[in-house]
Amino acid sequence: MKAAFLKVTSLALATSVGVAGAALADKASDTLSVAFTKELENVDSFFNSSREGVVLQRAVWDGLIYRDPATNEYKGNLATSWEWIDDKTLEFKLREGVKFHDGSDFNADDVVATVNFVAKEENGVKTQRNVNWMEAAEKIDDYTVRITTKDVFPAAIEFLSGPVSMYPADYYAEVGPSGMGLKPVGTGPYKVTEVVPGQHFVLEKNENYHDSPKGQPSIAKIDIRTIPDVNTQLAELFSGSLDLTWQVPADQAEKMAEMDDRYTVLNESTMRVGYLSMDAAGRSSMDPNPFTDVKVRQAVNHAIDRQALVDNLLKGKSKVVSTACFPSQFGCTQDVTNYEYDPEKAKALLAEAGYEDGFSTEFYAYRDREYAEAISSYLNAVGIQTDFKLLQYSALRELNMKGEVPIQFSTWGSYSINDASAMVSQFFKKGSLDDAQDDQTKEWLDVADSSTDPDKRLEFYTKALQRIADEAYWAPLFSYNTNYVMTKEVEYTPTADEVLRFTDMTWN
Amino acid sequence: MLPFILKRLGLALLVALTVSFISFSLLFLSGDPAAALAGETASGEDIESLRRLYGFDRPMLVQYGDWLWQALQGNFGESYYFKLPVASLIADRLSVTMTLGVCGITFALLTAVPLGVVAAIRPNSLIDRVALFVSVAGQAMPSFWFGLILIVLFGIKLGWLPPSGASTWRHFIMPTIVLGYYAMPAIMRLTRAGMLEVLNSDYIRTARAKGASEGRVMFKHALRNAIIPVVSLAAVQMGFMLGGSIVVESVFALHGAGYLAWESIARNDLPTVQALILIFSMFYIIFTFLADVLNAWLDPRMRSS
Repeated sequence: MKAAFLKVTSLALATSVGVAGAALADKASDTLSVAFTKELENVDSFFNSSREGVVLQRAVWDGLIYRDPATNEYKGNLATSWEWIDDKTLEFKLREGVKFHDGSDFNADDVVATVNFVAKEENGVKTQRNVNWMEAAEKIDDYTVRITTKDVFPAAIEFLSGPVSMYPADYYAEVGPSGMGLKPVGTGPYKVTEVVPGQHFVLEKNENYHDSPKGQPSIAKIDIRTIPDVNTQLAELFSGSLDLTWQVPADQAEKMAEMDDRYTVLNESTMRVGYLSMDAAGRSSMDPNPFTDVKVRQAVNHAIDRQALVDNLLKGKSKVVSTACFPSQFGCTQDVTNYEYDPEKAKALLAEAGYEDGFSTEFYAYRDREYAEAISSYLNAVGIQTDFKLLQYSALRELNMKGEVPIQFSTWGSYSINDASAMVSQFFKKGSLDDAQDDQTKEWLDVADSSTDPDKRLEFYTKALQRIADEAYWAPLFSYNTNYVMTKEVEYTPTADEVLRFTDMTWN
Repeated sequence: MLPFILKRLGLALLVALTVSFISFSLLFLSGDPAAALAGETASGEDIESLRRLYGFDRPMLVQYGDWLWQALQGNFGESYYFKLPVASLIADRLSVTMTLGVCGITFALLTAVPLGVVAAIRPNSLIDRVALFVSVAGQAMPSFWFGLILIVLFGIKLGWLPPSGASTWRHFIMPTIVLGYYAMPAIMRLTRAGMLEVLNSDYIRTARAKGASEGRVMFKHALRNAIIPVVSLAAVQMGFMLGGSIVVESVFALHGAGYLAWESIARNDLPTVQALILIFSMFYIIFTFLADVLNAWLDPRMRSS
């Protein structure tokens, strides 16, 4: 037994010694050390659905188009120009002379192979919504391709400037998603030189980066480590072995901001919106179901002091949101029926609906317990007694899809897609997550989602959002924000889409 | 002895099987695997297509049978989340956890046994009180907090050790202390109690009477007998450490198997969680089994029970 025990010990020690030494992080070595909180499942951007994945995707790969985060203007990236040749066909002229990190040339074959691979459902791309609008791609000549959409899909430009990256055809065919995840090859401003799953990624500046609207990379090396505990991240910052971290909770960020001689703390909005969804369609087993009454839903809207939630809990650049989308998204008007905080009016509306003494309901949430509890106490104050249940995300989703959730606090990040279709159309088109199940809203959203005329789209999103507000299907609450903490050596201005852009980072 | 070992072995295998079945059912109860797999950004349609793709629409028993059949052939499948073979994924992480576990138990034994002996030699002295305080503190302090205190002290204030990571042996010093400290109190108390009992026994008096030196009495006669239960406790603690270093791994960003388990549960990564549970329960079962056999070997009275 002793021998076996020793064998295990020496094996464990032997394997641990083989790991490489720690990388230095500072300006002198031109290496920026960054912390990720979550472990990335696969660096292949089509096979992960996390924020960290988006960050790497924008650094390692390029899309055909690029949206300038400051102006929201679309610029050519791997494509130099594009046009709709009919309702469902986009033609692209590709940039010539672009090379992948492995030295191969980028051309129409790569676009065709990438699009045709990811658009097929059986290939199992994780976020189907990002790719399932594409039918196929077709090569016209070496630097001209056409992408056809399944239905009329005006948000195509937005998707092609975001989640749809172009992969090297031959390499991807050979190694597949798991190979791509371990040794990524793209055209982007940074190339991946090391992937140690779960521990860290090393990116190095692409010296031959094409003349992209993303700009040229400045910092030579980016070392990204996964550090799950935020306190540990801050300790690493203090000890000088970390230069930048993000998604830092508000209270810790405030503390860091006090040390402004050593650290810069910046706050920027994200596209995530928090909202209450109510069982207006009466799918849940609650009987009687108060939420089928518009007056009750309006009462809920009036009961919550959203500004106070923003000022005291979310802080930073969070804002009160009035519609079922993020304000910067195309089509996302905020100019709808607005429910000011008025608990008396809420009580009056409840009384009108026949609930003078209020009622009891289950109240679900899956994250941000403190926000949910604050909301819960606002509801209690007007007589809605809540049986608060915090579930795992997947458990709540399952319950929601079965229509068994009377009222829930939920959030949606729109996958950083700057188009209202990425939010309102995900929830109000009579899918299993649609608590309203309203035909009229669906009809208008269908028009808005499938029209190529921007004015018409705007008109119908406005109509749909106005109806959602009037009917108070949701109580939209606030937008989220995130805190970026970095040492004084780093110069970086975060953008509102919660994507870390390494190309925009420089040393002070 | 052999029938005893075979009986224990059979029992251990049954326990492993039961554990894997219960954990499989619990994972299904804790949430929709398809929704967890699709992630927060997925729409209802995404979830439906994943459900079909991974066969979550089949009855749970069929899925369990399928998994078990594959696992018996050594195929733990592919992680839903990482898209990598579970076996290689876990092999990568296990070395960190094993290193940590072995270092932790070594540290605990090297500190707790001498402390326990000293405390037993001078019961109710200052040293005994200090040892008691240390052990109570070790049991009471949450390891994430203790870990952070060490990081602040040695990682930031003194700058002696790297705060987190697993690249060099120096990265393992603080996690070893935190993990080992948790096992210390029980080992120390058991050593102390065992020593006190043995020191009052007749044969120690005999040893002293025949003129053996105090050192010889302590180490040759007393400790050798008092340490027997400690060895089996340490074996059980070792099993605990291999499966229970989740918090320590998370605080020190070590990315071992414990942390992988915790993350995989949150993501409903069924193949990974199943394989990890099987491995952890096997560790625990093997170490408990070894402790049983050891005890039986040392004390023939145990064999008949």
